[in-house]
Amino acid sequence: MSVQSTSPQFKQNAHHALHDMQLQKALGNVRQNFIERRAVAAANLPEFEALRDQACDLRDHVLAHIDLYLEAYEKKVLAAGGHVHFARTSEEACQIIVDLAKARGAKSVTKGKSMVSEEIGLNAALERNGMAAIETDLGEYIIQLRGEAPSHIIAPAVHLNQEDVEAEFRRVHTHLPADRNLEEPETLLAEARAILRSKFLASDIGVTGANFLVAETGTSIIVTNEGNGDLTQLLPKVHVVVASIEKLIPTLEDASAMLRVLARSATGQDMSVYTTLSTGPRRPDDVDGPEEYHVVLVDNGRSNMLGTQFQDMLRCIRCGACMNHCPVYHAVGGHAYGWVYPGPMGAVLTPSLIGVDKAGHLPNASTFCGRCESVCPVHIPLPKLMRHWREREFERHLAPASVRYGLGIWAYFAKRPRLYRLTSSLAMRLLALAGKSKGHFRWLPLAGGWTDYRDMPAPQGSTFQAQWKKQGGDR
Amino acid sequence: MSVTAGPPGPIRVGLFVTCLVDLFRPSVGFAAVKLLEEAGCEVVVPVQTCCGQPAYNSGDRPDARALALNVMSAFSGVDYIVAPSGSCAGMIRHHYPELFADDPGLSARARAFAEKTHELISFLTDVMKYDHVTVSYPRRVTYHDSCSGLREMGVKDQPRELLKTVNGLELVEMKDADVCCGFGGTFAVKYGEISDAIVSEKAKNINAAGAPVLLAGDLGCLMNMAGKLSREGRMTEVRHVAEVLAGMTSEPPIGAPSRGA
Repeated sequence: MSVQSTSPQFKQNAHHALHDMQLQKALGNVRQNFIERRAVAAANLPEFEALRDQACDLRDHVLAHIDLYLEAYEKKVLAAGGHVHFARTSEEACQIIVDLAKARGAKSVTKGKSMVSEEIGLNAALERNGMAAIETDLGEYIIQLRGEAPSHIIAPAVHLNQEDVEAEFRRVHTHLPADRNLEEPETLLAEARAILRSKFLASDIGVTGANFLVAETGTSIIVTNEGNGDLTQLLPKVHVVVASIEKLIPTLEDASAMLRVLARSATGQDMSVYTTLSTGPRRPDDVDGPEEYHVVLVDNGRSNMLGTQFQDMLRCIRCGACMNHCPVYHAVGGHAYGWVYPGPMGAVLTPSLIGVDKAGHLPNASTFCGRCESVCPVHIPLPKLMRHWREREFERHLAPASVRYGLGIWAYFAKRPRLYRLTSSLAMRLLALAGKSKGHFRWLPLAGGWTDYRDMPAPQGSTFQAQWKKQGGDR
Repeated sequence: MSVTAGPPGPIRVGLFVTCLVDLFRPSVGFAAVKLLEEAGCEVVVPVQTCCGQPAYNSGDRPDARALALNVMSAFSGVDYIVAPSGSCAGMIRHHYPELFADDPGLSARARAFAEKTHELISFLTDVMKYDHVTVSYPRRVTYHDSCSGLREMGVKDQPRELLKTVNGLELVEMKDADVCCGFGGTFAVKYGEISDAIVSEKAKNINAAGAPVLLAGDLGCLMNMAGKLSREGRMTEVRHVAEVLAGMTSEPPIGAPSRGA
C-alpha cells in the first residue's frame, strides 16, 4: 500500500508549517546553501549547459524506447546472475520484497536511501511481516527514529536543526553516557555511525534504490555521500535494488554525462563522494558482495504517463534542484505537500501517481515564477506541466466554486471590450474616490485573501483607456 | 518576421496597456507612451481588455483562447505589440503559440503575433536602441526583477542600464532581487498565507537594501510589494520603472495617498 497522503489538507499543512518556528529556522539553510553551491558548480563548468541539453535528450530517447531498454536491461541482469521482478503497483512491489525476505528467514533489512521505497511504503510492509527495516542514510535514520517521512528528496531531514537531532539521539540512544557532546554535526554523525555498524553486520537483506539502471550492462548505480549504500549492499547475503522503470539509461558512457549534471544540480558537488555500480551477485573471484542480486522494477502509474502531456516529468533524475529554488517550498517545507515528493517536481508527479482529485492543491500552489524550470538539469517544463493539471481540474470542475464563478464573471467582461471599458472606468473612479485619503485599502469585500495580509493599493481614478479616449487618442 | 524592411515611416507600436495598469495606474501607461514616442515610435492604443493569462493559468483554455483572439484582432495593424509588463508580454510571446499550436488555421498567426510582442523596457533598448534618458531623479532606488520578465523575456540588464542614465539616481541592489515576490496572479489570493510568507521575505530584503524607492517592471508584483510594505508601516515609495525613466513621478507612489487628500 502506498503511503497515505495528506495532500488534500495542503492549506492546513502549510498553515502549520508557517507557524512552526523550528521548521522555519531549518528552511533557512535550504534557501542559502543549496542555491549558492549549485550556482558555483554550474559556473565552474563551461559545458554545463550543453550537458543539461545532452541529459535531457538522453532521457527523452530512453522514454521513447523504454520497452526496448527494459528488455535489454533485464537480459543483462539475468546474464550477470541476477533476478528481475516487475511490479505494477506498490502492493506488488512490497509483496515481492516481503516474499523474498520471508523465504530467506530474514529478520533484519538494512536500507540505503530510496524515494521509491518511500513511495511504495516498504518499511511498513516489512514491519507488518515481523521484520525490522533499518534506514542507514543519516537523514533517513533520524527521521525514522522520529516516525517522520522525508521532507526533501535528497536531504530527508532538512526540516530539522542540529538541536532537534541531538534531542532525538538523547531520547533513543539511552545506553550512551548522558553527558556526551552532541553539539557538533561530526559527533552526531559518529554516534549514528557507531550504532549503525552493528546493524549492517546483522543485516540479512540490503535494499537500495538506484539513481540509474544501465541497459548496456545490467548495472544499477547509486550515489551517496556517506558510504552507507555500499555497506547496505555489500554485507548482507541478498541485495535487492528497488527502482522505478524510468531510471534506465542506455550505456555506461551515458551514465558519466548524467552523473556530472546530477551532483552539480543537487548539492553543487562535481561528483558525489561515493558512486557505486552493482552488476549481479558476487562472482567466484570477487572478494566480497552479495550471494543474490534482485532488481524490483516498479511501475506504480508511470507507464500511464507515457505518451501523455506528462511524459516529460519522467525525465526527472531526482536532484532536488527544483525544490531548492522554489519560493513555496522555502516557505512551507516538504511535509506540507502531503505525500512522498515535494516541491515543483512533486506538484507534477503526485497528481500523476495518486490522482489530481487528491493532490489538486499542489499544482495550484505555485507562483509560476519559473525558477524551477530554469535550474532543472533535464529541462522539465514544470510550470507548464502544473498548468496542464490545472486544465484537467478545470475540465472536471474540481476547482473551488468561488474560483470558478469569479473567473466566469471576469471572463464575461473581459470578452466584451467596450462594455469592459465602460464598467471598469466607472468602478475604478468609485474605488479611487473611496481610497483617496489613504491611497490604499486595509480591507475590501471579497478580497480577504489579499487584504488579510497586505494593503490593496487604490486606483488612481479613471482608467487609462477612458483617459486616452477623452484625449482623442482612440483610433 | 522583421518589419524593418517594410515601407518607410515611423514604427507603429500598439500599446498593450495591461489590465492592472489600465485599471489601477494609468500613469504607467502614459509613461510608456512617452518613452515609446521619445524612442521614435508612433503609439496607438486599440480597445482592449486582458491578455487572458488569469484564465490560462487557471486551466481555462477556452476563455484564454477567446481573449487571445480578441487581442490578436485588435492589434492586427501594428508593427509591434509592447506591454509595460514582462508577465503579459510573456503570455503573448510564449503562450499564445501554445494555445493555438493544434489549430492549423491559427498557429502561424499566433506565432507571428508572438514574435512582434515585447516587454516595454527591453523593446526600448534592444529593438529601438534607445540607450539613455534625459531626466533627473536624485534618489536611491532598488530594483526587483519580476519573474516573467526575467525568465520569459530576458529582462535583467536593460532597466538597470537605462536607470544608470537617469541624472542623480543611485541604484542599490537588494539581496535576492531575482527571487519571486509571491504575487503569482490568483496565487496571491488563493494561497494568501503562503504568498504573504514570500512577500514578507522580499520586504525584508527591500528594507535591508536601505533605498527609499522600490522599482520594478510589473504592476502585479509592485502592488503586492507596495501592499506589504504599506501594511508593515514602511514609507518606501513604490513605482513602476517606466514612471522614473519617463520623468513622470508627480503622481503619488503606489498605495500612497493623493496629494491634498
